[in-house]
Amino acid sequence: MNRSFDIVVVGGGHAGCEAASAAARMGASVGLLSFDRAQIGAMSCNPAIGGLGKGHLVREVDALDGLIAKAADHAAIHYRMLNASKGAAVRGPRVQADRRRYRAAIHRLLDAQPGLEIVEGEAAALLLDGSRVSGVELAGGDRVAAAAVVLATGTFLGGKLHFGMSSRAGGRSGERAATALAGQLRALGLPLARLKTGTPPRLDGRTIDWAALDRQESDSDGWTMSPVTAAREAPQLFCAITRTNPDTHAVIRANLHRSPLSAGEISGSGPRYCPSIEDKVHRFADRDGHQVFLEPEGLDDATVYPNGVSTSLPEDVQLAMVRTMPGLERVEILQPGYAVEYDHVDPRILDGTLAARDVQGLYLAGQINGTTGYEEAAAQGLVAGLNAAAWVGGKAPLLFDRSESYIGVMVDDLTLQGVTEPYRMLTSRAEFRLRLRADNAEARLTPKALTAGCLTRERRGHWARREGLRTQIETLLARPARADALRAAGADVRDEGVARSLADWLRHPELTPARLIQVVPELGAMPAPLLDEAVEDHRYAPYVQRQQGEVARLRSDEAVRLPQHLDYATVPGLSNEMVERLSQARPETLGAAARIRGITPAALAAILVHARRKAA
Amino acid sequence: MTADTIYALSSGSPPAAIAVVRISGSRADAALEALAGKLPQPRVATLAAVRGPDGERLDTALVLRFPGPASATGEDVAELHLHGGRAVVSAVLAALAAREGVREAAPGEFTRRAFENGRIDLAEAEGLADLLEAETESQRRAALSLAGGSLSRIVGEWQRRLNGLAAQLEAVIDFSDEGEVGEALPPGWRESVEALRRELADLLARPPVERLRTGVRVVIAGPPNAGKSSLLNWLAGRQAAITSAIAGTTRDLVEAPTAIGGTPFLLVDTAGLRDATDEVEGIGVARARESLAAADLVLWLGPPADCPAPDRALIVQSKIDVDRPHAAAEVHVSSETGEGMDRLVATLIERARRLLPADGEVAANARHREAVREAADALQQAVELGDLILAAEALRVGRGALDRVTGHGGVEDMLDALFGRFCVGK
Repeated sequence: MNRSFDIVVVGGGHAGCEAASAAARMGASVGLLSFDRAQIGAMSCNPAIGGLGKGHLVREVDALDGLIAKAADHAAIHYRMLNASKGAAVRGPRVQADRRRYRAAIHRLLDAQPGLEIVEGEAAALLLDGSRVSGVELAGGDRVAAAAVVLATGTFLGGKLHFGMSSRAGGRSGERAATALAGQLRALGLPLARLKTGTPPRLDGRTIDWAALDRQESDSDGWTMSPVTAAREAPQLFCAITRTNPDTHAVIRANLHRSPLSAGEISGSGPRYCPSIEDKVHRFADRDGHQVFLEPEGLDDATVYPNGVSTSLPEDVQLAMVRTMPGLERVEILQPGYAVEYDHVDPRILDGTLAARDVQGLYLAGQINGTTGYEEAAAQGLVAGLNAAAWVGGKAPLLFDRSESYIGVMVDDLTLQGVTEPYRMLTSRAEFRLRLRADNAEARLTPKALTAGCLTRERRGHWARREGLRTQIETLLARPARADALRAAGADVRDEGVARSLADWLRHPELTPARLIQVVPELGAMPAPLLDEAVEDHRYAPYVQRQQGEVARLRSDEAVRLPQHLDYATVPGLSNEMVERLSQARPETLGAAARIRGITPAALAAILVHARRKAA
Repeated sequence: MTADTIYALSSGSPPAAIAVVRISGSRADAALEALAGKLPQPRVATLAAVRGPDGERLDTALVLRFPGPASATGEDVAELHLHGGRAVVSAVLAALAAREGVREAAPGEFTRRAFENGRIDLAEAEGLADLLEAETESQRRAALSLAGGSLSRIVGEWQRRLNGLAAQLEAVIDFSDEGEVGEALPPGWRESVEALRRELADLLARPPVERLRTGVRVVIAGPPNAGKSSLLNWLAGRQAAITSAIAGTTRDLVEAPTAIGGTPFLLVDTAGLRDATDEVEGIGVARARESLAAADLVLWLGPPADCPAPDRALIVQSKIDVDRPHAAAEVHVSSETGEGMDRLVATLIERARRLLPADGEVAANARHREAVREAADALQQAVELGDLILAAEALRVGRGALDRVTGHGGVEDMLDALFGRFCVGK
């Protein structure tokens, strides 16, 4: 049966679901194509969402009315604000999610979305009309026509699973790989490279001695991933912590020759920040232990995810290894850990909308672009879905820049620098970190979403209420106050004899929200997250202001467009290395060219001159 | 979007008869007005006293302004035609650098703006390629290899250490949820940052490399008829190869670049003081003071007690063929007979050696020094700021500054240091 949509999204993981939903919210008709309807919204790796840098991405996707934060709240069985003791700019919200509840929430959100239809089947090939995509051909020969296709195939492209020294094709444990599609992309000339990632064995929680372990309880203060979630929905569980020890390491060392990694069976590069336990023991031989978090996978599921021992050692070694750890002496493994190798496309062939420059209508999102993590995938899905819909609808693209969002940082890093390991978001990647807080994601991005038209009616209502409250808070903070009033509330500020606005006084860290409410009791009636957000805005204002010059420079260079088919080899004076990097990344703007490593100011001037001459 | 206002010395490097400092951008007029005390008529060369931020007179110069868009760059442009002394030029550049929204131009930036604003055609702009050639790796290495390449080695080593310190801080921020990294900075972190800052400050305290090119500035001063000009002529004329002797057009200073025993000198005679009349006395005194302030070394030919800069003066008794020797003078000479000149030359060379980068010593040029200074300031802030995120921001600025010296760096290098040091990741 042949079908037709504005947009077909291939893959029902985090990138695919966000892409499909975002495109449909923009008014496009969308087909979400998946091997297996039931697998849509599955969390294939660890049962956690958010974290440092990643929590920022979740809140940003949510600010554009995406799915991930709402689904995470429905599924959350453990909330933890990372870096809670540090400044708000680096606080990372993170939850443990019940897998079934998460998948159920995603299905509910997708089912409720008008214009979105789930299609079961395997994408065998892209349909092309010259250099333009016209749809997807399914394995059975059916055709699905579409003006744009978003590929969000995760690790399924040329996927190969390694269980000890044995390996087989597959994208995830128990699922098939998309081998035919990988072959076609290669034939289209899209540059592919190999990466690897790994998972730990899954443990049977009923065989863990929980009483012997340190517990980590869920945060008690009621915060949620999405501000539109009224309250936490699921009962809260605890996580526990154990450690590897010299016995664990001895088991691993004795069996290193049986690891496909050490034996040279795996060629793809793995992440520096997510090493397998074999890697950790080998590279950090002086450490006598590594922390392992035991994370429950669900409310009515005994499966436990031991975070920190991803491995591709054979199953018998995995069992011997985990049983050396406290609390796990009699543990049983439900599913062994494994390593997965897969193809990814060099993301430098994409532009800032995640569209392939040379194949019109083709968008790539998620692990296919060399990233890792649900949050990174979701954010790319959002960007690709919004932009595919904008393109099909003849609307302006939605570009995200580095000074406004982590999404912008990630898209810029990927499309300009490419990847040498699975790309993970870190707060240190964001040079404008001070202004990009998880708690101000809505303030930064929802206005953009309003303009683009990707917000549901409920979300627009929420935004209007929020804006009203923020205005009230700012009016109250504009009131002048003298030092003695603040000192009476317990804030030890210096009395300089002048009255300043409360907003100005907030630069003193002693003036906490609680003390502020003592000075202006009306503020006590405002929602705490909004008051906290306002306090952080004013506290860091002088430092954010200091970066304004850097932001202005970025934006003015971003305003200078470079032609997409500039032959850098003909620009006089560029070194071979510069030519290679520029040709691969094909920067869209002068600002983007400036960020490519090794490009000097004089080189930029020469590029500009050359580009203008070509245009003349 | 308003771009920064930029400035640069657009003539050759001093000393030269005239040094042209050009300013371009929306704040050019404001900068010119602050320096010259007034805004001249457009395109009319006007004589003005140029003063630093503290009101101190730096020079009397011709100033011009060319309002945009009918200017060289298409933006508002101002020019100061200074008397080419090194000290004057660097004081004016420093006064500009201190202004908000004004910064030194990057290589090729004036041309780039001129081109963008349609003020020059392609043929002219193609000259940029030459500029780029001049920036190739080998040339940059040549610049860095003053003193045997050790500057790039040292800055590279600083980058490595700074990346390590930043990695410790970033690990606490990005990986504090893992057992491997604690919630707080490791003990001794602040001390290590401070130690690194001190090393950067040490480099800044060393003689600048430009002195090798411009020479040690030796000002010959003293009361009228003390024999200053004769001494200069003797030093420049008989002992040295004169490259040029230029009489300043309005300053009445004679500057003679010269090499004595292989050591570069710029001999300055404060000749104008000799004929000072009452009317110009004030100006003359101001000039002498200015000249002395810029001196690396003063040859004082007057009574030792009257020496205006005892900290860097050599007390010389001239005319030893006529007068009886003073015990208080360090050197006694006669420009007539040449008596004592060997000793004076030996003393000058010995003093100059301390003012020049030694062979094999690390020296930095102005651009490098500016970057190192920015990095040192950033390290200072990182130590003082209690907030981890603000300290990390300071280190990011510091890393960027050092990256500009070596031409490479970036967040990936810091992450390499982080993942190399900490076993993080789950």
